Amino acid sequence: MSDLAIRARGLSRHFGDLIAVNKIDLEIPGGQIYGFLGPNGSGKTTLIRTLCGLLTPTTGEINVLGLKIPAQAEALRRRIGYMTQKFSLYDDLSVEENMQFMARIYGLDKHQARQRIEELLDRYALTPMRQRMAAAMSGGQRQRLALAVATLHSPALLFLDEPTSAVDPENRREFWEKLFDLSDAGTTVLVSTHYMDEAERCHQLAILETGHLRTHGTPAALMAELDTRVVEISGNNLRQVKERALQLPQVQSAAQQGLQLRILLRGASPDATQELGAKLGDNTLTIKTARPSLEDVFVASTHGEINA
Amino acid sequence: MSALKRIAAITLKELKQLSRDRVTFGMVVMIPLIQLLLFGYAVNTVVRDIPIAIVDLSGSAAARNITEQVRVTQVVKIIARYNTPQEAEEAIVAGKVRAALLFPDNLPQRAASGDPVGQWMVDGSDTMVSSAILTLRNMPLQLVAGAQSGAYKATKPSFEVALFFNPERRSEVNIVPGLTAIILTMTMILFTSIALVRERERGNIELLITTPISPLELMVGKLVPYVFVGIVQVAIILGLGRLVFGVPFVGSLLSLALISMPFIGASLTLGLLISTVAKTQMQAMQLTFFILLPSILLSGFAFPYEAMPLPAQYVAEVLPATHYVRLIRGVILRGAEASQLLPDITWLLGFTVVVLGIATKRFNKTLD
Repeated sequence: MSDLAIRARGLSRHFGDLIAVNKIDLEIPGGQIYGFLGPNGSGKTTLIRTLCGLLTPTTGEINVLGLKIPAQAEALRRRIGYMTQKFSLYDDLSVEENMQFMARIYGLDKHQARQRIEELLDRYALTPMRQRMAAAMSGGQRQRLALAVATLHSPALLFLDEPTSAVDPENRREFWEKLFDLSDAGTTVLVSTHYMDEAERCHQLAILETGHLRTHGTPAALMAELDTRVVEISGNNLRQVKERALQLPQVQSAAQQGLQLRILLRGASPDATQELGAKLGDNTLTIKTARPSLEDVFVASTHGEINA
Repeated sequence: MSALKRIAAITLKELKQLSRDRVTFGMVVMIPLIQLLLFGYAVNTVVRDIPIAIVDLSGSAAARNITEQVRVTQVVKIIARYNTPQEAEEAIVAGKVRAALLFPDNLPQRAASGDPVGQWMVDGSDTMVSSAILTLRNMPLQLVAGAQSGAYKATKPSFEVALFFNPERRSEVNIVPGLTAIILTMTMILFTSIALVRERERGNIELLITTPISPLELMVGKLVPYVFVGIVQVAIILGLGRLVFGVPFVGSLLSLALISMPFIGASLTLGLLISTVAKTQMQAMQLTFFILLPSILLSGFAFPYEAMPLPAQYVAEVLPATHYVRLIRGVILRGAEASQLLPDITWLLGFTVVVLGIATKRFNKTLD
């Protein structure tokens, strides 16, 4: 699918004086997994809620699956699935009851609903715990249930708001496998996260900070843009080296990672390592360029720090 | 010393949280204020202006004379005149008047021989009202214009009194049907007011509003189960009332159903409205209490409607419980048919529709 699933122009959302989403332009192709990466408070949740019509935009135009939002939000609701940040199914209903409830809300007929529920119980490994109350499930199981429910009516577009924040790494991997299955079947998936490893799995990525869209593209392209800007220093007294490095105009950020100091330079330059070595004036240090990571992309495109 | 410090820390935190919960903070002031006003106004056992009818079969000057003397006591207020005792009885059953004073056609002879000059037909379903009328039984009457007050000296009482519906004047008979209104007000409003707030607190609402469900569908769906809860409660209260307290059931089950459904509906929608205002379950409970209190005091359950001053009566008219207290006493104790009680039923139905509309409108499917 090459059609755009979501297009937004000049999208802003204010809460009083606070500008949660600030003049964002967005084009999200259909059938892909698109990630919103940003720290807490960067506007990810507000952006998702605005895109699916739960919040009225202060300014800007939104078009989702060919529908104008928020005017046609009601028609959109049948075609999207939404997974909230906080588990929002009923704790005091069993897995199966929760699914039956939502199937009825979405107006699936009885036969269709039964078939679909069996299919999803099986796909998300929930069959053995179909009678279990949602309250008695682990974080990973709840997440699978929430995803199963969000896909119950086979939506064309899935909004997932930090779906894995309460899930361990092992379950996160499995969860992402399921997302790729969905994407493979043609579903567009929009997922917000503050985990770098998750962001790196997305087909495309938008980095948000304080309501602004800082940069976007495929993770590989975003990292390639930082070629020769990331430098690793090893040696003694790295805390002091870091202080000195941060005084230099060409250094944007410096962070210690174990025995190494990772430095992000402001501009790309082929002689970066020599220049930096000369400025630091310490022969005992080993300085070499490093392969940029997504975290470098994040730091380079934002000014803050991720708090995950 | 450190114990005091920790106590102070908790106290300070509680005060801060209390001052931020506007509803609770408001209740701190409103509850004593409203309670004081309600009790002060409503708790009035001196009943005045009881609506009555006159049935004068004698057409005599003496009857007009006696009527005037009864009127000036201010205990009663003459709001209707009927030609036959049957009409008066129907009016009593329908709750239009609380009592009727009947003058027989042989009134002049009776007056001459010192017999009681008239008969009170009294609705005994409210014991305080019937007590008030009973005080008129031995009132001194002046039968001949210009004669000395008390010149008519009946060896018997001035009037005969026929107490309908609750001849032994047992207060349980009066209390139990009214209690149905109070208990339903409490449970119906509480259940629904908490129902929606709980979903919001647990985050269920955020998911529900992304689905195709409409606000009205959500509201009506939430109400239906509690209608059955309400029916079960009516059955329990009236069943036990009959078994344990011997409260008679004069009316028909159909009429009981026809009056109870609108009241259950009105209370449930009121609860829904609260749940669109309240942010937490605690607030929902406080707001329920805010409705419950005047329902107990002003509805006619605890004190006769007639004994309350006009402003309190206006407030009472707004409350669904007031209408239901009238309706259920009418059906259970006086055997009234639903068709005789249309004004109160219509009011409850209208209340249900209007409040459901407001609640639905207030429940937005956005998070704005």
